Amino acid sequence: MFYIHCPYCCEYREEEEFHAKGQAHIARPADPDQCSDEEWGTYLYFRKNPRGLHHEIWVHAIGCRKFFNVTRDTQTYEIKETYKMGEQPKVTSVSDTLETEEAAQ
Amino acid sequence: MQKYSGFGLLKHALTYHENWQRVWRSPKPKKKYDVIIIGGGGHGLATAYYLAKEHGITNVAVIEKGYLGGGNTARNTTIVRSNYLWDEAALLYEHAMKLWEGLSQELNYNLMFSQRGVLNLGHTLQDMRDIHRRVNANRLNGIDSFALDTQGVQELVPIMDCSANRRYPVLGASWQPRAGVARHDAVAWGFARAADAMGVDLIQQCEVIDVLAEDGAARGVETRQHGVILGDRIGCVVAGNSGVLAKMAGFELPVESHPLQALVSEPIRPILDTVVMSNHVHGYISQSDKGDLVIGAGIDGYNGYGQRGSYPTIEHTLQAIVELFPMFSRVRMNRQWGGIVDTCPDACPIISETPVENLFFNCGWGTGGFKATPGSGHVFAATLARGEAHELAKPFSMYRFYDGSLVDEHGAAGVAH
Repeated sequence: MFYIHCPYCCEYREEEEFHAKGQAHIARPADPDQCSDEEWGTYLYFRKNPRGLHHEIWVHAIGCRKFFNVTRDTQTYEIKETYKMGEQPKVTSVSDTLETEEAAQ
Repeated sequence: MQKYSGFGLLKHALTYHENWQRVWRSPKPKKKYDVIIIGGGGHGLATAYYLAKEHGITNVAVIEKGYLGGGNTARNTTIVRSNYLWDEAALLYEHAMKLWEGLSQELNYNLMFSQRGVLNLGHTLQDMRDIHRRVNANRLNGIDSFALDTQGVQELVPIMDCSANRRYPVLGASWQPRAGVARHDAVAWGFARAADAMGVDLIQQCEVIDVLAEDGAARGVETRQHGVILGDRIGCVVAGNSGVLAKMAGFELPVESHPLQALVSEPIRPILDTVVMSNHVHGYISQSDKGDLVIGAGIDGYNGYGQRGSYPTIEHTLQAIVELFPMFSRVRMNRQWGGIVDTCPDACPIISETPVENLFFNCGWGTGGFKATPGSGHVFAATLARGEAHELAKPFSMYRFYDGSLVDEHGAAGVAH
């Protein structure tokens, strides 16, 4: 049973109050009209599926009903941090950093 | 390969069963194979078997990081059926169903395949409309399928509470008589034994840590225990770890890995002679020959590789079972476990070429791969042998997520994804 800290309620609550909503930080295509089928497909369906650190969206479904982000290890299930929408994670893995650098280049 | 028979059993009894041949060899890997299959579960072993049997390709290695059939093959609830809605999926699963029938004889291994029928219950008007639609679609595809009303369900399963005053009354069901259960471990062992007899190398305790590629084409794999093993074609059948293998090869898949759990009760006397599934209250149950009730749950909503499920899911599942079978409320649960399933957005598998040449993936079976084991192996073997997708596998390319030709089987998949 997860004990999850809601960054809006600022309290730890039990897992059953929450729902997992999948990968976080997926950028919506900036210019949707110019997207190829491949870009749309990737945006809609292709997901990171790491064995290790994962940034994901959860919703406090029967609490404040707000969406927020969680960094969690998918192998140990340890929750490293929770943070509000729009914020960036503090705990990141090596592959995250590499991808950010690649994107910057 | 030593033939198994009743007579053989008697003969070996005379020597106190001490002279049985080993079921398969434990070979040292060669430097190079025609085909390397990563993953020694049911699907991978079936693929190796059909490669050798149907295509005469016996220079094949199955590389397994743990032991054969130790992943989802050992963890599922053993249900076999083919009543899927869309033509593409129905043909694939029915192909598997036809292979199941007679597979014990073919492999000379008792798979304990029991066609005891499967009921998919409906609890609302919309459930019943969906059931009628699916039953009709099944019949058009030549799959045995019947729509039952409450009375019909009650006659098949007298112990189920079908009274109208339940919170979720049973309004009817779809019924596939040819469906049933099979002994899950025996499926892996049977395929492994038959493949080994034809010369396939089964390499256990050997973990793939990298996929080697040159000019966009796969050349082999690097393993932790045995170094580099080269292969002309590589088939990846690793279920929950598909995303990890895809990352090694340098691409992403539209699959996410989730824990799916099941549990069994203490053994009790025979009480349930069919398989009962319900999408709506979400639980499925059958009774094994040993007598324990085998109960399946839904997946946990979050991604995970932990091979264990969450407690809230157990509670919800058992609520559903007790709703249907109040008499089971005092049966004690013996064991509970989880497996990692790779779920696709459309609840259908991926049997496909990939951005890396000579590297093929068979994954995304999600919560319902066991029933397809022989069919999956059969079409994937043809795909690997020819280097292009088998006719039945064509609709299941990973590129369907680019052109939008998804095969939405969430209704028939039976488990919420």
